[in-house]
Amino acid sequence: MTAFGDVRRRRIDELAARAGAVPEGEGGVSLTRSAFRRLRRNPVAIIGAVIVLVFLLVAAFAPLLAPRDPLAQTLLSQIRPGSIPGAQEGFPLGVDNLGRDLLSRLIMGSRQSLMIGVVSTVLGVVVGMALGVLAGGLGGWVDTVVMRFVDIVLSIPSLLMAISISVLLGQNQYALMIAIAVTQVPIFARLLRGSMLAQRNSDYALAATALGVKKGRIIFGHVLPNSLSPVIVQGTLSLATAIIEAAALSFLGLGDPDLARPEWGAMLANAQAFLSIRPELAVYPALCIIVVALGFTLLGESLREALDPKFRR
Amino acid sequence: MTAVPASEPLLRVQGLEVHFPIKRGLVFDRTVGHVRAVDGVDLAIDRGTTYGLVGESGCGKSTLGRAVLRLVEPTAGQVVFDGTDVAALKGEQLRTMRRRMQMVFQDPLGSLDPRQNVESLLAEPLKAHGLGGGTAGIAARIRELLDAVGLPTAALRRYPHEFSGGQRQRIGIARALTLEPDLLIADEPVSALDVSVQAQVVNLLEELQERLGLTYLVIAHDLAVVRHISDVVGVMYLGSLVEQASADDLYEEPLHPYTRALMSAVPVPDPVVEAGRERILLAGDLPSPANPPSGCRFHTRCPWRQETRCDDEVPVLRELAPGRLVSCHWAEEIRDGVLRPKSPEEVAATQGVSVAPTGVETIESDALVQGIDAPIERT
Amino acid sequence: MIPAEPVLEVEDLAVRFTRRGEQPTRAVDGVSFSVAPGETVGLVGESGCGKSVTSLAVMGLLPRRGVEVSGSVRFQGQELVGAPDSQLRRLRGADMAMVFQDPLSSLNPTVPIGTQVTEVLLEHRDMSKKEAVDEAAALLDKVGIPDPRRRLKEYPHQLSGGMRQRALIAMALACSPRLLIADEPTTALDVTIQAQILELLRELVVDTGTALVMITHDLGVVAGLCDRVHVMYAGKIIETADRHDLFARPRQPYTGGLLASVPRLDGGRGAPLTPIRGSARDTIPWAEGCAFAPRCDNAQDDCLTEVAGSTVSLEPDGPGRELRCRHPIQYPPSTGGATASGVLR
Repeated sequence: MTAFGDVRRRRIDELAARAGAVPEGEGGVSLTRSAFRRLRRNPVAIIGAVIVLVFLLVAAFAPLLAPRDPLAQTLLSQIRPGSIPGAQEGFPLGVDNLGRDLLSRLIMGSRQSLMIGVVSTVLGVVVGMALGVLAGGLGGWVDTVVMRFVDIVLSIPSLLMAISISVLLGQNQYALMIAIAVTQVPIFARLLRGSMLAQRNSDYALAATALGVKKGRIIFGHVLPNSLSPVIVQGTLSLATAIIEAAALSFLGLGDPDLARPEWGAMLANAQAFLSIRPELAVYPALCIIVVALGFTLLGESLREALDPKFRR
Repeated sequence: MTAVPASEPLLRVQGLEVHFPIKRGLVFDRTVGHVRAVDGVDLAIDRGTTYGLVGESGCGKSTLGRAVLRLVEPTAGQVVFDGTDVAALKGEQLRTMRRRMQMVFQDPLGSLDPRQNVESLLAEPLKAHGLGGGTAGIAARIRELLDAVGLPTAALRRYPHEFSGGQRQRIGIARALTLEPDLLIADEPVSALDVSVQAQVVNLLEELQERLGLTYLVIAHDLAVVRHISDVVGVMYLGSLVEQASADDLYEEPLHPYTRALMSAVPVPDPVVEAGRERILLAGDLPSPANPPSGCRFHTRCPWRQETRCDDEVPVLRELAPGRLVSCHWAEEIRDGVLRPKSPEEVAATQGVSVAPTGVETIESDALVQGIDAPIERT
Repeated sequence: MIPAEPVLEVEDLAVRFTRRGEQPTRAVDGVSFSVAPGETVGLVGESGCGKSVTSLAVMGLLPRRGVEVSGSVRFQGQELVGAPDSQLRRLRGADMAMVFQDPLSSLNPTVPIGTQVTEVLLEHRDMSKKEAVDEAAALLDKVGIPDPRRRLKEYPHQLSGGMRQRALIAMALACSPRLLIADEPTTALDVTIQAQILELLRELVVDTGTALVMITHDLGVVAGLCDRVHVMYAGKIIETADRHDLFARPRQPYTGGLLASVPRLDGGRGAPLTPIRGSARDTIPWAEGCAFAPRCDNAQDDCLTEVAGSTVSLEPDGPGRELRCRHPIQYPPSTGGATASGVLR
């Protein structure tokens, strides 16, 4: 056994040996992982994620959750001009002007609203990113041409764009998705391009060039992955806008003409005529749109915070 | 590869110019002038030695370093590396050549991709050049490199943000060494580091040079560091070399007025020495490299400026004594004490308001200069 | 020099950052020092040692949320810790002023220099607009800005780094403050410009008798400017001495290590530098022992609280000197003869 003093002596040597060593504990925390950790600790992110998750689950299992057939005009007999029956046994939120169960319509409507939002945003992100990579990665005249094109698209009001596309492709849900996607494209293209241009001038990109790493590998292996954070954040926020926009277009009658698929925007538009009689018809779909958009926005904002280099540790 | 005698310098830079266009215009960019970041520099670096390049921000020293590596395109001149003119190389040839010349950056964090762990950072250059002999060979080489820069193997799985500044710079150095280069260009290798850590990196660079026979071009604003590490020192002012000498000679007796002022301005951590030093204060600021002064570029701030020659005749870099190059018309007279320096107020008075560039021009050149030579940040 | 009544007395100053969801950190811990008129005191240390936080706490510029300041800061006898904002605002800019490291971000980019200087004058001094403009021009002239009348109309980005720092100093001097705190005022500048600014500060202290607190990491700057020096490490002062004493006979191994690790312009080529091992990350909390112990070559087991049974405290160490170290650097008596000390308490 060593003497007590020797043990103590080792303590200071131990400290000294550790000086300049790499930090202890489990290591190799990549940026993505540390961002995810920060996200998990943020209550705002949790709230946003829970809202989004609930709506996604509802949409996924809508047919099982909906208590009734959203198209069955069960209470049509009770409807008189100037009077629509409110909540009652079996119809917790009441019925619409055609006597269909409002709750079931809202639940089924979530599918359509969310799908239009997600598909159009994904489409917008993919095309926008492709243009952004083209412009930001190649630079030069390609950059000029792509960005001028994007500027032109951006200068067309989104509503006008949607109407034109509807006219072009005929009025159906795909036209609606494409219309919304097209308005998203310039946002992502510009965002990614700007981010990539900044990253291309960074020291690590220069270092890679100096090391003889090939240009393609620098752009796709270094510059692009480091430019994605703002796109991810904007993508999440855009989901919210896309859902609102889809509702707005449906509200204006540019939505899906297939009446067999309930949709929040169309429900809102329909409720307009009965605002004075039964405002709930408008309030519930509006609330759904607001809450789901809020969920995506909260999630997006906390993603922004988590991915911000200022918060890196 | 052409056989080059060992006595030939490893790197010879001849008449190197880097001019950045100043563009203006809303729709079509029009070139309205040029920032002469590097404007005709000649220098040579012998094998196994260290050339220190000093100068203040905006003098073009970093641009020179980058032009040697072709990270910026030289406007004119030659960069002859081991018998090959790098400035004329293209595409794949240039990429292959880069193996032999590497760079260590000022900002160790910024120069490492935050998404790569150390293993991936060090393996990348080997993979890019198809070197290292497969997975096992690369792994062995990486361990060897970590060992050389004094980092434990445990560092492999970690990411740049998990290290301290000094450790990051070690990673940067290790990465520069992966390809076994002959020349290492270190651009302000320690200025972003804490004082107590700077010495670790300086020592490491010296140790590696001895062990691997490396040739260094060290670019720095800190004259004490450059003096410590260099065999030959070149002093730059507004894009050209104003003086070059062995480190000892230069610090013993600086010949160019600018070098004198620069050295007298560096504080020494010793109150006794500080109290006994004569300080040569310069008038005003660095003129714009977009519109450099005529004649000797330093004449607007020079305490020894004379009525003749200085304003209109460009001095050439001439050999005053063996190995001592200086570009000043009056170097001998200044050395022998025949001419006396004037005070900054007098200099400013004779130069009027032209001392500092003003107005719109300054904005642009400032922005441009900052782009070329990022201001030194020490926190 | 006759010991004058100190302008600023800081006693046992502590600053704790309490960020939501994070462990509170002690940035400054039990810092005491004082500055007399016409005296220059240096706070030296590396990044993260707490020197800048100290200066912000003295000026009352730390945010109130998430920051706990304790101890005492007496400026001309008035207690500033816990003082109402209105009182601090009256003092700041008038009697106490500060110059920051980055002159560009300390100036409002959308307002001409002249307006920014006259603003300070109008706020704190009873002057007409015209008098203020005249005074502003005089101030710019005093800090060595050529053609001050024209410069007044220019915006910060139109000035060079050195000129901006001069403009900031001019603003700081506008009301002839009794205390000037300069936080790394030359770090962002080139050496020739640094020399100009240091000369300006030196003249200022001599001419106006302003008390100057110089915060820097550069030992060279300290050697040429400061009368008394406090070396900080991990939030605490670890050594205090007259500058001549400090550089001739550093006692704290950290101070000695810093001096041995910087190359000197007048030193020879090649002699390897003696670095301090590790980095500022390798500290232990002061409660567990000397924070510098893991990096210290002199460290013994009794540098740790658990062995010695007490924390390492700041003790007097000869005339005008204080030291926080159990195993300081020893000097043979022959090299004694400490240089005549300047301003003492």
